[in-house]
Amino acid sequence: MKIGQSFRLAIKSLMTSKVRALLTMLGIIIGVGAVIVIVSLGNGMQQYMNNQFEQIGVNMIQVGIYSYGGNRQVTPDDFYTLADKYPQYIDSVSPYLSATTIVRQGAQEYERTKVYGVSETMYNNEKGQTATGDKLQEGRFLSYVDVEKNQKVCVIGSYLNEAMFAGQGLGQTLTVGGVPYTVIGVLSQKADSTEGSGDDLIYLPYGLVEQINAASGGMGMNSYLVTSTSKDTSSAAKGVIENMLFRIYGDSSSYLVMTSAEMMEMMDSMLGVLMTILVVIAAISLVVGGIGIMNIMLVSVTERTREIGIRKSLGAKGRDIRSQFIIEAGTTSAIGGVIGILFGILLANIFTAVAGALMSDAEGFAAIPNLSGILVSFGVSVGIGVLFGYLPANKAAKLNPIDALRYD
Amino acid sequence: MGHLIELKDVYKIYQMGDETVHALDGISLTVDQGEFVAIVGQSGSGKSTAMNIIGCLDVPTAGTYHLGGVDVSTMDDDQQAEIRNKMLGFIFQQYNLIPKLNVLENVELPLLYAGVSGGERRERALRALERVGLAEKRKNLPSQLSGGQQQRVSIARALAGNPSVILADEPTGALDSRTGREVLGFLQKLNAEGDTVVLITHDNSIAVKAKRIVRLQDGRIIYDGDARDPRAVVQPELEEEHGEAREVLNL
Repeated sequence: MKIGQSFRLAIKSLMTSKVRALLTMLGIIIGVGAVIVIVSLGNGMQQYMNNQFEQIGVNMIQVGIYSYGGNRQVTPDDFYTLADKYPQYIDSVSPYLSATTIVRQGAQEYERTKVYGVSETMYNNEKGQTATGDKLQEGRFLSYVDVEKNQKVCVIGSYLNEAMFAGQGLGQTLTVGGVPYTVIGVLSQKADSTEGSGDDLIYLPYGLVEQINAASGGMGMNSYLVTSTSKDTSSAAKGVIENMLFRIYGDSSSYLVMTSAEMMEMMDSMLGVLMTILVVIAAISLVVGGIGIMNIMLVSVTERTREIGIRKSLGAKGRDIRSQFIIEAGTTSAIGGVIGILFGILLANIFTAVAGALMSDAEGFAAIPNLSGILVSFGVSVGIGVLFGYLPANKAAKLNPIDALRYD
Repeated sequence: MGHLIELKDVYKIYQMGDETVHALDGISLTVDQGEFVAIVGQSGSGKSTAMNIIGCLDVPTAGTYHLGGVDVSTMDDDQQAEIRNKMLGFIFQQYNLIPKLNVLENVELPLLYAGVSGGERRERALRALERVGLAEKRKNLPSQLSGGQQQRVSIARALAGNPSVILADEPTGALDSRTGREVLGFLQKLNAEGDTVVLITHDNSIAVKAKRIVRLQDGRIIYDGDARDPRAVVQPELEEEHGEAREVLNL
């Protein structure tokens, strides 16, 4: 009944005092805007992370060994045997050791360069990329012979190729831990070819990295990179790896096996917690906005006491007056909600643009407002208007028409 | 049965601090269809209370009030609202138009609360505006009209719901004498066309435009009869008003 009229009236009374209406809505605008921005950023981050994982490989399983003592250590051969035994689960296995050492070329030192010891199985010839998603730009990857004979060869990332050799790295020499290595392959650019990025890395035969780590006295983490045959078999692959490791160590705390999916889940749930906290904070602003609406509605009821009296004398019942004021409050907060949504989308786009401009690492990052977030925040803003509009509306509905008519 | 308005031994008693005020002290009054009655009295005489009760804005402390044969003296707020909507048309001293709504929307209001649909509402409101000669001002806001025009709009609003009784509370109080006469002329015209009009005023010169005068004093009816009777406009204890009365009536 008369909802159309009440709605039109609400718009009209908002239009007659624009500044007041805007101030009333401000809390809702900020609250809804903040929710939209936060949800957008969260979506963007999630999507960005998913993309990153996809790039690295969703089939990847990282194995870390924490036990150094004991009678027996797991060896690459144990993994190769396992891979042969379960070809339906395990696609490839490679040691994945990181070395803490100094990389030099000429007089220049490269402190942030990451050095990994891997085997030839790190590179999948069919897919033309490593288990971590690196592709070759020129040259070749480490071969079985290189790894077996601990040849002093290396594959370098595009940053080093540019920085050390001005793009002409193939066949040149650099030193790792004082030992010279010949560059046999250059990887394509993966990140943004800057220092410390995913392009600032060297792959060596893992035997040599073991030697480097032993020489420097550090133990270097004993870790492996396993790829499962598909995303679906990764948990089965994880199972067989854990079985093997448990047989060797007899203690599940000596190692950690983690699939990409699990890592992704972990990141997702961390992000989820962070998002929830931020959204709750933004929601506080919505409540404050609701109180603002209540405040203005109470003032409005007082100001319009006479109008209420007139309406009652003409036959408006309590519920007519109540619904008029509730619709007015709901309309106010709904309009605030729409402005907030637009504001949030605008901010999300600005964030995307700024992130793209400032951090080239963030390429492909986009804060994406999603429909359900928009609908929910719109619904919540209308709900808040109605909720906080109820008290003033009820006050208006209960006014005595005689007193209200006499009110100046 | 048969009377449009029938008040029987109506009391309205307020408690003001320690004092008990008998705003209405047992009045009985009947008004029939097609009458033009002026309820006159000075401030404090109880005429406003009478108007509130006749207008279903208030309920009596004791006694009964039948409007159109229905006992309205024991109704709750919402029931009274419905009666006001269906049976009563109010005209106020301050016009009481809603400033944000245009003329047509103001006139539509009682129909809106009666649940009349959009098209019919507009049509009936326009017809009411035509009766007061302001159809061409329908898009204007009340503030763009003169006082007399605003009062005519409020008359149109009172008429729109097609009420049984038009209740005018000091309708000329805020107008100059010429526009006041004009508005009174309208009320007389409406009455001539068959509408029942109850006029509440303190002003004898206004009251005599009605056909019948009910004079209140201290919550009691002290005169009820023909408006042309000199006693209708005389406060019994105030001798000097005889002269005024003759003047007013040109006797």
